[in-house]
Amino acid sequence: MTADSHALATVEHSPVAGLAHDQRGGISNPVLGMLLFITSEVMFFAGLFAAYFNARASNAPWPPTEFEHTLEPIGLILVATIILVSSSFTCQWAVNAIKRNDRKMFIRNISVTLVLGVVFLLLQGYDYTVLYGEGLTMTAGPFGTTYFTLTGFHGAHVFGGVIMLAVVVYRGMAGQFSDRHHDLVEAVSLYWHFVDVVWIVLYSVLYWL
Amino acid sequence: MATHALTPAVTAGYRGGLYEWLTTTDHKRIGILYVINSFAFFFIAGLMALAVRAELAQPGLQLLTDEHLYNQLFTMHATLMIFLFIIPMLAGLGNFAVPLQIGAPDMAFPRINALSFWMLPLAGVLLLAGFVTGGAAAAGWTSYPPLTEDRPLASTGSGQDLWIVGVVLIGTSSILGAINFLVTIFKMRAPGMTLFRMPIMVWTMLVTSVLVMLATPVITSALIMLFIDRNLGGNFFDPATGGNAVLYQNVFWFYSHPAVYVMVLPAMGIISEVLPVFSRKPLFGYKAFVFATAGIGALGFSVWAHHMFTTGAVFLPFFALITFMISVPTGVKMFNWVATLWGGQLTFSTPLIFAIGFLTMFLIGGINGAFSAAVPVDFALHDTYWVVAHLHYVLFGGSVFGVFAGVYYWFPKMTGRLLDEGLGKIHFVLMFVGFNLTFFPMHMLGLAGMPRRIADYASSAGWNDWNLAATIGGFMIGASFVPFLWNVFVSLRNGKVAGDDPWEGNTLEWATSSPPPPYNFDHLPEIRSERPVFDLRHGREAGGSH
Repeated sequence: MTADSHALATVEHSPVAGLAHDQRGGISNPVLGMLLFITSEVMFFAGLFAAYFNARASNAPWPPTEFEHTLEPIGLILVATIILVSSSFTCQWAVNAIKRNDRKMFIRNISVTLVLGVVFLLLQGYDYTVLYGEGLTMTAGPFGTTYFTLTGFHGAHVFGGVIMLAVVVYRGMAGQFSDRHHDLVEAVSLYWHFVDVVWIVLYSVLYWL
Repeated sequence: MATHALTPAVTAGYRGGLYEWLTTTDHKRIGILYVINSFAFFFIAGLMALAVRAELAQPGLQLLTDEHLYNQLFTMHATLMIFLFIIPMLAGLGNFAVPLQIGAPDMAFPRINALSFWMLPLAGVLLLAGFVTGGAAAAGWTSYPPLTEDRPLASTGSGQDLWIVGVVLIGTSSILGAINFLVTIFKMRAPGMTLFRMPIMVWTMLVTSVLVMLATPVITSALIMLFIDRNLGGNFFDPATGGNAVLYQNVFWFYSHPAVYVMVLPAMGIISEVLPVFSRKPLFGYKAFVFATAGIGALGFSVWAHHMFTTGAVFLPFFALITFMISVPTGVKMFNWVATLWGGQLTFSTPLIFAIGFLTMFLIGGINGAFSAAVPVDFALHDTYWVVAHLHYVLFGGSVFGVFAGVYYWFPKMTGRLLDEGLGKIHFVLMFVGFNLTFFPMHMLGLAGMPRRIADYASSAGWNDWNLAATIGGFMIGASFVPFLWNVFVSLRNGKVAGDDPWEGNTLEWATSSPPPPYNFDHLPEIRSERPVFDLRHGREAGGSH
């Protein structure tokens, strides 16, 4: 006996109507669970951002004079940003493909997404070593602490997303997804988009603002 | 109806041995595991409270001559009571009750449900491990920097780091549990179970879960920043390096004030189940109650700074005003409960008595809370025993009485046996008298200026008598659990067989066997009101509106 044996009024004009649905037309349990989880993740990052803006407001000048030219928005970090944003597109193409039951395109796109995610992490790791070389460390005052906490926790989330994507690729290769059965793919793609959006906010706030 | 409901064996619904219990994904078993685990930590935290009270009985240091140990004990008392007793206990009762009450076969994510539970004993071990690694956390459950920073006289040991990791783990468990409740409630309701036919218990778990989902990640961020400051040389909270100590308090209380509603709303849900059943009336003003619950949840996010009035860093009129406003929806609920009892055909069974204990004690806790919301009053009473009195009147007088109302109410559904009424009433009287003897004098101590979190006081301060009274009361509370545990012990073996519906209940859990079979229902009655089992019993065609 499962949840599906209970009928429930369908949600036809819901804003999430395009997402994976269960047999009665409602949003599926895994996708709803992921959306709620992302909501809680937003609050987690909100806490860190609160600390960031607090530190920024109470420490002038920001950035401190010795790090005035450390965080340059053009360069390696822009490449990393383009890679992560692109991965959101390939991820969505994968979801669209499996909805058409095009497994080949699905595997291809989700694998590219996985690779792009790994490349982003490698670039970020390399960037950390460069920054450390320039003296920007966790202990370099609130500027360094907030920078590494925010980007570090974002990186940890990318890492979590990469693991989820690896599971999707593995199960996809085993042929476990189809146009009727792809809740996991959809849930993971939502998480991946969320991680991407957090990065866009981080990149804008830390490098441009 | 399930045929094996007629089997009198206590374990009718629970087959298999220890291995099945440890690996279960059945929400009923997980709920019971939550309850057992929570009672175990309640016991440990209760012993810590007794040690604290024993030390405070008289001026001078008698029992805990090492004041640092005293600090560890009151810190761990609060931490365990909040994070490993009240919150998981209510989550556990919800885990047992919610799927049954909405006519679902289980929670939406049974394996995540098991994961949520098993994080708790692990976190408890981490928290307590501090005692054998050079001292547990000792900076109070709030763990404010600079008390928690690496400096002399502070809570510097690895115990504080274990505390951070343990609480983050419990928070993760809560978040996963909350998501599970929300998906279950939104997606798994039986046909006919519309939102406004859901039992109030389900509504309170819904609002509680929203609070957990939105607030708990924020304390996770606060604790992670604290961890970074302590271990990785971060500069979040130390003003000497550009940090801001009050920032921690803001982020901490942004969680910890909504958390007090996490600790009390489900208890309100429990007594809103108990009062109608034992008054033979529907809950007065069902919809008003639902909106009041949502209102408390919403306002709860805008009052956190009333814990920080004396920092001088918060906008006092706003937070005082919103804090006063919280008493409006709470007052609506008081009115709902009293009007439910009014003119009812009351049966003074143990669950009802504990529910009335909740009503009366929570009322005192609400009034002394609104009193402290006035800024000038708060400036005088901040960090005195008045605050200790207030928080125990809401958390013990409110939540714990509510928990026991729930335990006595659902014990027959969980086990198939009724608890003994006589022992239950002895338990109540001892706990009620002991509770008031312990915590009422703390109002006087607070008004007389006694600060909280001290191990010793001068005998000339005039606090001796009230402290002695509070200690006697504390041991009375401790003694009240002897009849309770004995009651559980004998009732599991020889208790009266409950049958499906011993209380003539209203909600769906009483439409299945006691204990319910795996996946809960063989078939469901038609649901046309918020009291489907009442409708079924009285052959109503339609439940009518509220």
